Amino acid sequence: MSVLDVAWAERWMHVAATDVRAARDELTELDRRIGDGDHGVNLDRGLSAVVGRLDDPAQPVRETVGQVLRLAATTMMSTVGGAAGPLYGTAFLRASKVTDRAELGPTGVVALVEAALEGIVARGRATVGEKTMVDAWQPAAEAAERAEGAEHVVDVLRAAAAAASAGSASTVPLVATKGRASYLAERSAGTEDPGARSSAIILAAAVAAAEGSGG
Amino acid sequence: MSVGLVLVAHSVRLADGTAELARQMAPDVVVGCAAGDVDGGLGTSLARVQDALEVALAETDGVVVLADLGSAMLTVESAFELDPELPARARLVSAPFVEGAVAAAVTAQQGAVLDSVAEAAEAAVRSIGPSPVMQLVEVEGADAADGPAVIATRASGEVVLTPGPPSSGGPDEVSETVTIPNPLGLHARPAAVVARAVAGLGVPVTIDGADATSVLQLMSLGTTAGDVVRVTARGAHAEAAVAVVVGLVQGGFGEA
Repeated sequence: MSVLDVAWAERWMHVAATDVRAARDELTELDRRIGDGDHGVNLDRGLSAVVGRLDDPAQPVRETVGQVLRLAATTMMSTVGGAAGPLYGTAFLRASKVTDRAELGPTGVVALVEAALEGIVARGRATVGEKTMVDAWQPAAEAAERAEGAEHVVDVLRAAAAAASAGSASTVPLVATKGRASYLAERSAGTEDPGARSSAIILAAAVAAAEGSGG
Repeated sequence: MSVGLVLVAHSVRLADGTAELARQMAPDVVVGCAAGDVDGGLGTSLARVQDALEVALAETDGVVVLADLGSAMLTVESAFELDPELPARARLVSAPFVEGAVAAAVTAQQGAVLDSVAEAAEAAVRSIGPSPVMQLVEVEGADAADGPAVIATRASGEVVLTPGPPSSGGPDEVSETVTIPNPLGLHARPAAVVARAVAGLGVPVTIDGADATSVLQLMSLGTTAGDVVRVTARGAHAEAAVAVVVGLVQGGFGEA
């Protein structure tokens, strides 16, 4: 398909919730090693709450991709503890502001990923190489930009997700200089950053949600 | 203009304890807490932060917000992101949580405006920085004869008198020594009593060089019973101001 619609955005959140739940113990173990050990549980709780609100018939029907992302943003800000809630919340909130349309083409997807990255950087004040979510989102945004001319919009998402996964893997040897992992200094090396890992999972879910629609 | 505080912490007991400390020194200041995650466990909650800001702003003209850890600051910033009108009346400061809260509360108690209360919180990190003893060592290492007149400071609990001109303030400066009567000296509550009294006088007063309107500076003098401190004031009502402070000290701040 050449565009991604509101149903895709809602499917994205459902798939992300399912995949994060499946990876909950893995994320928690990563965070236990270099953080406070609650990332898997917190993110699972937050995305479950997002799905709960999307499935709630009392909620107003979403007519734009941005409305789905805004609901996800406010729900995650409220329900995900730690730094992840504000970071993912701000990412989705900024993304919602550039996606207030019923359908997104390749350019719209690039804008979505760029806005999410901008939100994470604004909130976390991190740059690439500091063992944070930025190490997944920055290469994702750059890969999406390079793929902007792709014929199928899902190819833009695939490029972003693949880059996020590689970016997350690149955090393993890094020494953290931001967040609570930075207190571990050298001892933070050797563990993949849980926020970068969950970012890669969530972007992969965006691809799966698009493929599920035949795109 | 009244300014309140909102304390955002991962632990309910941390926020409540800090609020208790701040209220003891600043009984009239609104101090709100937003602590714990949605379930009341360790963490922060956007909803709790939003509620605490709304309640505090309903009773004040502005609030200074202190956060205990980085992720708590992010939660406050999320509240600001969702409500762009908040930053005009709520100021998130980068300050040590407990010292910053105490400094902000005492400054707010004196009727200061939002910017001043925020500055007091952020200056607290300097108040707990290098100790006065370390500063004295640096002064003595330099050419003390030409340096600023260090009237007295403390090393190992003893009073050290530095020779030199007794004052550089000219004829309008008034100075008097007084002996600390109570065992704990200028600890939190007496320091707050003195700071409030001096702030109300509108006359610059120092005690052993510490700004007498600053609770943290007074506390950092580390005085104990029997210590002799020098109270110094300048300006039109200097003599009266010194008398007031000396009177407070001699009266043992009501707890001798």
